[in-house]
Amino acid sequence: MKISKKRLYLILGCVLVFYAVLAIAPAFAQDMTEAEYRPFPVIGSRTAAWIAAQLHLLFGSFILGVPMFAVIIEFIGWKTKDERYDRMAQEFIKLCMGAFSTTALLGGVLVFILIWCYPKVMSKLSGIFGPTMIFYVILFFGETFTLYLYSYGWDKMQGRHKGWHLFLGVLLNVWGTAIMFVSNSWLTYQTSPATQHGIISETRKKSWMDEQLAADPSLTPETVMEGVTDHTMIPLHNEATGEFMATVWDAVNNFTWMPVNIHRLIGNIAFGGSIVAAYAAFRFLVAKTKEDKAHYDWMGYTGNFIALCGLIPLPFAGYWLGREIYLFNNTMGINMMGSLFSWLFIIQAVMIGVLFIGANYYLWSGMGRIDGAEIYARYRPYMIIAIIVCVAIWMTPRTLSKISTASELSAMGGANHPHLGFFGLMTAKNTAVNIVILTTFLSFLFYRRSGKTPTASWRKVGNIAISSIFFFAVVAIVVIGIVGFAVPTDFRVNTLTPWQVVIALVAMFAVTVLDVFMYRRAQTSGTIKWGGMTDRSQYVLILLAITFTSLMGLMGYARSGLREQWHVFGVMPDTSPDAFTPPLSEAVNMVAIIMVIFFALVGFIFWLGLWGEKKKQAAAPVEAEVAMESDD
Amino acid sequence: MSLFTICLIILVGSWVFLRFVVGGIISVPIPGSVIAMYMGLIVIAILVHISVEDSLFREFRRPILETLVDDKRRLHRRVLVVLIPLLLLGYTYSIIAQRANPPGSPRDAHPSPPLQLTYKDEVIGTMQDVVNPFRHYEKDDPEAFKAHVENGKRVYHQNCFYCHGDHLDGQGHFAAYLQPLPANFQDPGIIPNFQESFFFWRVAKGGPGLPAAGTPWDSAMPIWEDHLTKDEIWDVILFLSDYTGYQFRTFGEAH
Repeated sequence: MKISKKRLYLILGCVLVFYAVLAIAPAFAQDMTEAEYRPFPVIGSRTAAWIAAQLHLLFGSFILGVPMFAVIIEFIGWKTKDERYDRMAQEFIKLCMGAFSTTALLGGVLVFILIWCYPKVMSKLSGIFGPTMIFYVILFFGETFTLYLYSYGWDKMQGRHKGWHLFLGVLLNVWGTAIMFVSNSWLTYQTSPATQHGIISETRKKSWMDEQLAADPSLTPETVMEGVTDHTMIPLHNEATGEFMATVWDAVNNFTWMPVNIHRLIGNIAFGGSIVAAYAAFRFLVAKTKEDKAHYDWMGYTGNFIALCGLIPLPFAGYWLGREIYLFNNTMGINMMGSLFSWLFIIQAVMIGVLFIGANYYLWSGMGRIDGAEIYARYRPYMIIAIIVCVAIWMTPRTLSKISTASELSAMGGANHPHLGFFGLMTAKNTAVNIVILTTFLSFLFYRRSGKTPTASWRKVGNIAISSIFFFAVVAIVVIGIVGFAVPTDFRVNTLTPWQVVIALVAMFAVTVLDVFMYRRAQTSGTIKWGGMTDRSQYVLILLAITFTSLMGLMGYARSGLREQWHVFGVMPDTSPDAFTPPLSEAVNMVAIIMVIFFALVGFIFWLGLWGEKKKQAAAPVEAEVAMESDD
Repeated sequence: MSLFTICLIILVGSWVFLRFVVGGIISVPIPGSVIAMYMGLIVIAILVHISVEDSLFREFRRPILETLVDDKRRLHRRVLVVLIPLLLLGYTYSIIAQRANPPGSPRDAHPSPPLQLTYKDEVIGTMQDVVNPFRHYEKDDPEAFKAHVENGKRVYHQNCFYCHGDHLDGQGHFAAYLQPLPANFQDPGIIPNFQESFFFWRVAKGGPGLPAAGTPWDSAMPIWEDHLTKDEIWDVILFLSDYTGYQFRTFGEAH
């Protein structure tokens, strides 16, 4: 008997549904009375929550990051009266629209999983954060309707209404940022349920004092306050009973809330830029016309530029977050950098190395399509060496016992190599990352200058000044790095490392100012041939998006795993079968699976957009074979 | 010289430099895994350089293509057909012919301390907040501080130096027979990275007191709280920093 294809698919579909019902059937047999935990069928509660949370976060990061730069690009288009910017900003928001409903859907899935599988934890969290959840809903409505107005009103609100349209764009970002800050408060509270004496509420100050006096009757209010400063950490819970004793604002404004907010805010920009660049790369690779190639080349460049703008300050924000974790709890800090999660940070170094090498590679490839950029090619080998040496330092582990044989350990005289071991310390790594950032900035400077000849009379002096700034900045960063080996850690972390960052930032700012003035009336000696990028460079853009996604997943594992066997650190223990910290190998596998699901979903959403576009083009075919050329 | 040859020289030269110059003349041998990691980076650097411009890529692959198809290079081809399998054979032989070389310790770099610091069953305080009770003498009463350091020195030489060495560098008489090796306090990554409370915990609880996570620890460190008083442990800790010149980690003010 011959079975038609349609019928075969139907039978296969029915079999799959049958197996799915069998798989989740045990869930219906569960006791639905008040329980501490309920197991999620087949994959387990933690895995289910992990996948839903990570996917929600990735989509959320994309839809929060993209409007930030879309509105800036729209503003540039409005001011320069260049419609190309406006079109590109609109295209970014269209991508956002596609991902918006998926983000909300995944958020819903996450909440259902958490309520089902972790009822007691959710009960505690909603008991503390109830008011913020109502606020979250209001913000979500605000963001949704503002996004609809902003996107659907794009064509209508041109001309004299453009100012109002931009206002909507800014408002969209305000809603989005506020939403992220609110949800960050829930998860950071789980990590650090404490805040400083100087900013905690009077209610908690009083209850804390009562607790101290009750715990030790020999104490007086004066003796309790001995040694207490504005910076002293005060737990939000009664240390004896675990009862929440503070206000909602104390819980929101917990110790790691703001560092996570800033880190994620910058990360969203970098991530959003990289996803947009990957989208543009894909469209570039499949483009049939020169015009399309030119457009997506330009879009890919812009996306990568935005990702770089986010990537450069990201290590500084991450360092601050790490410092705050150490300050909150030394055990957590040691777990993060020296113990349980230390090898994760080696993987992180490898991935950030890929990001910086890839971003530079893309810029250098881009110079190939600018006439007059050849003069900078001679510097490229030295820049490659600088980046590779710095990445090598960043990747070098401090303790080599896990990756050495017994005879190698014996030859080294211990787990640390007597010379390379220095590269494993943070002072060497901070020095390396600052130099990588300065080198990347130099690549961008060369790219910006390509095809232009400055006409300013002081250009020679200007170039000497710029070279000197780079030279002295690198020397200062290296010297501070060397001094960092010999000073107390407190001084290094709080003084020397911030100085390295300040030097790198000031150098980049000063060079930018000088360069902008020097090239203000520059002669254009070569144009950018948009669409002339190599296919290789486009694959690099896709690689960067994959690396960003993996990195976010892995670091999320570290942030969440740092709590170890606690739902709320030191307050509410995890007594579920998943109370153990998953090993790095399991985390890497999970992150890889999530990344594949994420890109499959993103690909589907983008394909839908492409599909709609094709239908439109079929209705009104446009022949456009003219290569687009631009001076920037 | 072709670009391909230059790249080959860089690759081989880098390996020789890491394996024999850094790992032989300048310092002690570098573990194979670390050399492999560095070599991977050098390969990436070469790939980046040759592929960033089409012209460079063509120049790089030209000798490869010529060797594969040019009739004048027939001899080169034949030599390579023999040489490449021989090299692979030699590499494989070098891997399987060496004597059993067990992997190093799979332990974590540093054990994670408990949240509370205890001496026997007495709770001293939280790991984060406990400070050495005699540390303030360094400024307030230098004579008293000196006395505590002297006592720490005595305790160290009566109990610790057999493993940790008279220079505090982990090279004591018993060190060669211990795996993992005793801590080297002269290493800049040891004392400055930890609070004094961390050291108190490690001395007081020894190897058996190490946490369940990150095992196997295999530490031979005795439980010193069974033999030393609380003050003696704090005094030894003062001596460690006084002798080496390194200061223990402090966090200062939070912001």
